[in-house]
Amino acid sequence: MFQYIIRRIFLSIPVLFGILLVTFALARLIPGDPCRAILGEKATDAVCDRFIQEKGLDKPIPVQFGVYLGEMVSGDFGDSIRYNLPVNRLLLERLPTTVELSFSALFVSLLVGIPLGVISAVKHNSWVDVLTMIWANTGVSMPVFWLGLMLAYVFSLLLKDTPFWLPPSGRVSPGVPNDPFFEVWGLTLAEGSSMLSFLLFLSRMNILNALLSANWELLKDATKHLILPAVALGTIPMALIARMARSSMLEVLGQDYIRTARAKGLTQQKVIMKHAFRNSLLPLVTVIGLSLGSLLGGAVLTETIFGLSGLGRTLYDAITARDYGVVQTFTVVIAVFFVALNLLVDLSYAYLDPRIRLE
Amino acid sequence: MNQTDTNVATLDAEGLSLKSVSLWQITWRRLFKRKSAVVGMVILGILIFIALTAQWIAPYDPIKVLIGVEDVKSRQAPCIHAFGCPEDQPQHIMGIDGNVRDQFSRLLYGTRLSLMVGFSTVTFAIIIGTVLGALSGYFGGWVDNLIMRTMDVLLAFPSLLLAIAIVTVLGPGLTNALLAIGIVSIPAYARVVRASVLSVREMDYVSATRALGGNSFQILFLRIMPNALTPLIVQGTLGIATAILDAAALSFLGLGAQPPTPEWGSMLGSERNQVFTAPHLVFYPGLAIMLTVLAFNLLGDGLRDALDPRLAHMSN
Repeated sequence: MFQYIIRRIFLSIPVLFGILLVTFALARLIPGDPCRAILGEKATDAVCDRFIQEKGLDKPIPVQFGVYLGEMVSGDFGDSIRYNLPVNRLLLERLPTTVELSFSALFVSLLVGIPLGVISAVKHNSWVDVLTMIWANTGVSMPVFWLGLMLAYVFSLLLKDTPFWLPPSGRVSPGVPNDPFFEVWGLTLAEGSSMLSFLLFLSRMNILNALLSANWELLKDATKHLILPAVALGTIPMALIARMARSSMLEVLGQDYIRTARAKGLTQQKVIMKHAFRNSLLPLVTVIGLSLGSLLGGAVLTETIFGLSGLGRTLYDAITARDYGVVQTFTVVIAVFFVALNLLVDLSYAYLDPRIRLE
Repeated sequence: MNQTDTNVATLDAEGLSLKSVSLWQITWRRLFKRKSAVVGMVILGILIFIALTAQWIAPYDPIKVLIGVEDVKSRQAPCIHAFGCPEDQPQHIMGIDGNVRDQFSRLLYGTRLSLMVGFSTVTFAIIIGTVLGALSGYFGGWVDNLIMRTMDVLLAFPSLLLAIAIVTVLGPGLTNALLAIGIVSIPAYARVVRASVLSVREMDYVSATRALGGNSFQILFLRIMPNALTPLIVQGTLGIATAILDAAALSFLGLGAQPPTPEWGSMLGSERNQVFTAPHLVFYPGLAIMLTVLAFNLLGDGLRDALDPRLAHMSN
């Protein structure tokens, strides 16, 4: 297993290098003069010459790439022109929103997708199965942005003045206390320490923060705000997971050892949960891993619709505003996350199925 | 193994005479036995019909502004005579859009664009992906490594984000959006083709062609490639669904088709802030996108099952 892990990590290195190359190339290829994009249209030639020299943009491309590699590896991502902030800080501010949204979406999709898939496999060809499959096929074909808008229309407008009303945008209502949990705990940390940054990062995930600081008002409010975006973003993975759970469960249920288990006189529940379900999990791991990746793409659309300033929305704004530093860093972060996720999927596969390790 | 040429002998009902049935006939028959695939084909048939006849069945010109032509207001709700809308008012079954145009006509014309988007991007991606995958699988070694690592890098980005980045470099517009989606979908086809090539590269019939003096081109395209056809068809059909969805998303964000082009994603995008006041302008384009994507997904799933030889016993 250890050898396998090392080998897989080494195989990711060329991909990581490629990612850096692509983001570097993309940022250089964005049309327009970088100096005027950054300093504004009114920058004079003299100012621009100095700027280009300072930023090293007059050096040969391979040298620039070397500098860029060095910066990325050392974690120095430069400044955002648009927000006038170090990119690092922007990342720490925006990432929690997306992480919270993606995990809630995944949570919703697992919570609904797996039981639906298992039930429709067990009750194969029943009306539950047929309905689930119709619903799953529709879900896979759903444009996220449309679903989001329709959910907002139904739950924020049509169900207004009912207990089912849900807010159409934002993360918390104004006036709801939202103190970071470590302040509630009475911790004081030195300004600028990495521990503080880390705790701040955690506290920006509202649900987590509410749970850690026992702030039930925030928990209720933040959950209400999260439901619609999470359902919108989670629908496609939910449908994929339901389909995958169903087909892998069906395959397992057809095997001899299930017949043996039944012949032994085990209850239906035991056969399903102990024998079948555990063995049908393997293909699900891949779908879940891949879904988490595609959630990041869907996050751009979901965050746009529900007015959330997360990673996706900020990246989109940065691209349209030619904010190079942000574009490069955010893209690299997302891609590296993607690669790490694929690695995890492969490793969990190898863990669950020893045959893969030996190949 | 060469599947397109394979003739399968089947016994008829009495088991007396042998008749030959081609793989495609079997596939068709299996496809028609699947309800979901039939639903997909019916929806697709209707969409193709609408796309071909849009200029005759659309009641209005999709980009004609109706100010001064009819007494209608911007974002007016649908007016259907059969459902009690006064006869003296002009009929607009999906209402009027923000620029005082007939929403229904725009939606009908949008079908053309969506189907065109799907077919053109997938064709582009299949051609490039096939060539890359075939070279990679056939020659192996550093060619394989170079091509497949490049594909891995492309796959390392969420497809929509990479498409957004490419469109930013190329500049917004429908053609560039198509190109971006095409580029993003290349790896899927390259992988499919490479896998097929690898699976038959060392087979006896390939060695035989080589021994008979066949050159690489003949071996690759006449002997090996037909094996990649079935997975490519399945991947391509499902790929059209993804391409339409991604193109609509790009247009929704303002990076794809530009106004006044009647494109579903951009129709939805330009009216999204009016969802509370004029929901019909958001509802119908989204529904159209969903139905189109659904049709290709159902057909693709049906084709995958119908073309899978392991499921052959289920066909009869």
